[in-house]
Amino acid sequence: MTARQGRILLAGIPTPVTEGEGGVRLPDGRVVAEGEVHWLPPVVPRTTFAIGLNYADHAKELDFRPPDEPLVFLKGANTFIGHRQRTPRPADVTFMHYESELAVVIGTGGRGISRERALDHVAGYTVANDYAFRDYLENYYRPNLRVKSRDRSTPLGPWLVPRERVADPQALEIVTTVNGTETQRGRTSEMIFGVAWLIEFLSGFLTLSSGDVILTGTPHGLANVKPDDEVVSEVVGVGRLINYVEKEA
Amino acid sequence: MGLIDSMVPGRHTVYAAALNRSATLAALGDALRQPPYQAPPRAPVLHLKPANTWSRPGAPVRCPPGAEAVALGGGIGLVVGRRATRVAESAALDHLAGLVVVNDVHVPYSSHFRPAIAQRCRDGFCPFGSLASLVSGTDPDRLAVTVEIDGRTVAREGPGYVRSAARLLADLTTFLTLAEGDVVLLGELADPPLARPGQSVRVIVDDVGDLVNPIVA
Repeated sequence: MTARQGRILLAGIPTPVTEGEGGVRLPDGRVVAEGEVHWLPPVVPRTTFAIGLNYADHAKELDFRPPDEPLVFLKGANTFIGHRQRTPRPADVTFMHYESELAVVIGTGGRGISRERALDHVAGYTVANDYAFRDYLENYYRPNLRVKSRDRSTPLGPWLVPRERVADPQALEIVTTVNGTETQRGRTSEMIFGVAWLIEFLSGFLTLSSGDVILTGTPHGLANVKPDDEVVSEVVGVGRLINYVEKEA
Repeated sequence: MGLIDSMVPGRHTVYAAALNRSATLAALGDALRQPPYQAPPRAPVLHLKPANTWSRPGAPVRCPPGAEAVALGGGIGLVVGRRATRVAESAALDHLAGLVVVNDVHVPYSSHFRPAIAQRCRDGFCPFGSLASLVSGTDPDRLAVTVEIDGRTVAREGPGYVRSAARLLADLTTFLTLAEGDVVLLGELADPPLARPGQSVRVIVDDVGDLVNPIVA
C-alpha cells in the first residue's frame, strides 16, 4: 500500500517525505522524529473549497437551520501552514475557535463527476483545522475572509493519506483536544453533504483540478482557544494535526 | 500574452473587492441595515476568483445553461509586485507591479449574504488582459472603466470607490499577506452590463489597455 506523504522544509527547501518506522523518512532514507522537522502542508492547495455548517448539530450550535445546499467559501494561499506550526491570535479577538475537519485532496480533475465515481477522483485525505475568529464576522459573503482566510490560520496535515488507505471517508471519527482535554468529538457519518456528494455538486458547475482541496466542515463542539494552547485535531486513521496558538505580534 | 501566463494556481490568489463602489452601496440603501446584513460593511468585502476562472484575451466566456446573460463586472486588477503585510496606505502602491484589465464575469444575483460561488466562480469567468506598468503618481482608482458590447459603449464609470486602491491594500494586509503575483480587483462596475451568447465584450481601462472576449452558449 502507498505510504503516507508529507512535505517538510529541509535546509530551507520544500522536500517531499514519507512516513517511516516511528517518524519521517527523508529522501536519503534516514528516519527522523516527527517533532524534529519543520512541517509544510502535505499539498499546496490549488483552490480550497471550504464547506460551512455541514454537520447538523454544529449548525444548531451556531444557531442555523441546516442548509438545503452546501455553504461553500474559498480560501487564499496565505492561510495554510503545516503540522506543529503556530497560528496567531489577534489581541482584540474574544472568540477564536478551531474547526477540525476531514480534508479531501483531488487527484484527477473533472467536470460533471457523478457521486458514484467521485471517490475515484480523490488523491487522498488529510486533516485541517479551519480556525475562525468570530469577532470579525460580518454578514457580507459570510463567512468573510477576515474570519476564515487570515495568515497562518488554516493548519493542514501532517500527512496526505492515499485514498486506498481510507476505506470509507464517511466512517471516520474526528476528535479535538485542547491542552490534552477533549473538547470535540464527531463522526463523518454525520455530515449533511458527504464527500462524494460534494464532488458531484462542485464539479456540476465548475471544473475540479488535481490539487484542489475540499474542507468538509466541522462537527459540534467549539471552544475558545488562547495563546500557548496546544490544539490537536485528529481524524482517526488519517492524521493527528498539532497546532499552537500564539499571541499576534 | 496575457497576465495569466505568469499566474500559478496554488501560489497566486485573486482577491476581488465587492461592494467597493459608493453607488453600489447607495443602491442597497436601507437594506444594509436590515436582515440579513444588519449593518453596513466595516472591513473590505471580498470574494475570490479561483484558478478555474482565470482566462485570457479572446477566450470564450460561457453563459451557463439556465442563464440568459452574464453580467460584466469589468474592472481594474492591482497586480502585486512584492510581498505586502500590514502596509501603510502611503506606501501601499509601491508594492504593485502594475495594473491589468480584468472582467469579473458573473451570473446576476441579488443577495450578498453568502459567497456567490456558483455565480462568480465558473470556468473562464475571470479573463485578464496584459500587465501594464504603473506610471508613478497614477492613482488606479482615478482611471475610468468602459465596457463595450459589439462595439457599442454600454457602461463607463470613473472614480467613486468606497476604498481607494491604496486604502484597500492597507486594509487587506492587516489580516492577509499579499504575495508577489497576487491580484486584487479594485471593484466591479456599480451597474454591470449584461451580455448574451453571440456578443463580443470589450473592457477598456484608460491608460492600462483593453480586453476582448466573446460570450458563447
